[in-house]
Amino acid sequence: MTEKLLISLTVNGERHDDLVVESRHTLVDVLRHRLGLTGTHAGCEHGVCGACTVLLDGAPARACLIFAAQAEGQEIRTVESLAGGGEMNDLQRAFSAHHALQCGFCTPGFLMLAEGFLTERPDATRAEIRELVSASLCRCTGYQTIVDAIEDCARGRRREVGEVR
Amino acid sequence: MKPAPFTYHRARDVAGAVSLLTELGEDAKYIAGGQSLVAMMNFRLARPAHLVDLGGLRGELAYIRDDGGVLRLGALTTHHQVENAPLGPGFAVLRDAMGWIGHLPIRTRGTVGGSLAHGEATAEWCLLAVLLGAEVVVQGTAGVRRVPAEELFLSFFTTALEPEEMIVEVVFPRPAPHAALTEFAQRRGDYAIVAAAVDLEAERVVLGGVAPVPLRVPEAEAVLARGGTFAECAAAAAAAIDPPADGSGGADYRRALTRTLLVRACEAAMRR
Ligand SMILES: Cc1cc2nc3c(=O)[nH]c(=O)nc-3n(C[C@H](O)[C@H](O)[C@H](O)COP(=O)(O)OP(=O)(O)OC[C@H]3O[C@@H](n4cnc5c(N)ncnc54)[C@H](O)[C@@H]3O)c2cc1C
Ligand code: FES
Ligand code: FES
Repeated sequence: MTEKLLISLTVNGERHDDLVVESRHTLVDVLRHRLGLTGTHAGCEHGVCGACTVLLDGAPARACLIFAAQAEGQEIRTVESLAGGGEMNDLQRAFSAHHALQCGFCTPGFLMLAEGFLTERPDATRAEIRELVSASLCRCTGYQTIVDAIEDCARGRRREVGEVR
Repeated sequence: MKPAPFTYHRARDVAGAVSLLTELGEDAKYIAGGQSLVAMMNFRLARPAHLVDLGGLRGELAYIRDDGGVLRLGALTTHHQVENAPLGPGFAVLRDAMGWIGHLPIRTRGTVGGSLAHGEATAEWCLLAVLLGAEVVVQGTAGVRRVPAEELFLSFFTTALEPEEMIVEVVFPRPAPHAALTEFAQRRGDYAIVAAAVDLEAERVVLGGVAPVPLRVPEAEAVLARGGTFAECAAAAAAAIDPPADGSGGADYRRALTRTLLVRACEAAMRR
């Protein structure tokens, strides 16, 4: 029996009521196929590759290991939330500047991973960032440029906070 | 792949969840963080007909309480909560071990109770519970019982829990200021090939990856008790075990890892 559920999800600040999903639909599938948010990618679907990483109440999580129904009531953020007014955010610009992507399949996952991590640990060291990126797989870049980009973005954000003070 | 169809239920309180699971029978399962279960369902290695989501009980069952040397963790406490907790020296070993569990996005969802119920023999929580002599508080239809961690793990992914029993809390009864866990895996974040944990004060040695369950090694513990060296302790452990051989390593390789890792764990425990 295929059970249908009526759920509502809050994604990138927008509430989607009356979503009809199957109980077995994972969050990544609902984001992509029901909401058309195809920035979040699906790779391995068992928690290993990180392509599906999104933020749940601000914390990085695997959208392939969460049933959509479980995410009701939580704030979901996807890669589409980073850019504003047609402008990439500082993290995205750092990825671009450091050549931290080639094919781009892994990129949305790395961006959301880093976005969530830097919010919690704005003072992260390079060693901690290296440790962090072990959470996602990239077949193209060799990771160094991804670490460079995240570190550069963190430095920039610290500078900005310093100037405001 | 996609999971097989199932019916989704939400738990509103512990007693209700236990009654519901009892009612639904053996084809029903709890889901906590889903970091093991959903992966297994996506591959159809698990196909429960019903899932009872414990997510709604987080307010009640996600907590870290230090009652003067006794540490209580609610079953729905995440690995990441423990990683960030201001634990004193008595329980810092728990906090420091969290970094070995998968990766940040796994740790923000995965729970202490889920790890213990899943019962993977190299899972950090399973090893730590045995190392520190934890008691697992379990609610079933007949009420609450307390299972010593050493009696919880029976075999590969098999625990002493009845299908409807829910882990509600884990109690660590004594501080372990001189304890440490270390391990080796091919890739950062993978389950360990071998994991070694030691509590120098309690004179306990626990290994993962060398048996179907987290293994205490009395031969190595005896070396600590008589004041032997760390190298002697590690050699005694390596000689005592009969590790499995599989794709990630042969028996001799696991014995060699045991020897190296146990010395490292002892040194780290002493440095604390
Ligand atoms: C890529 C990857 C790497 C990982 N690496 C590691 C690692 O190195 N070390 C490690 O320990 N873990 C690792 N994990 C697993 C992770 O730690 C899980 O969080 C943990 O095993 C299960 O916790 P959960 O809350 O997600 O449980 P679930 O996946 O929700 O449930 C697991 C099982 O426990 C049962 N269950 C859950 N909660 C309860 C409860 N309160 N009472 C009774 N039964 C319950 C469920 O019915 C199910 O059978 C990894 C996972 C992934 C995807
Ligand atoms: S698709 Fe989710 S981790 Fe690979
Ligand atoms: S840029 Fe191609 S996988 Fe990372």
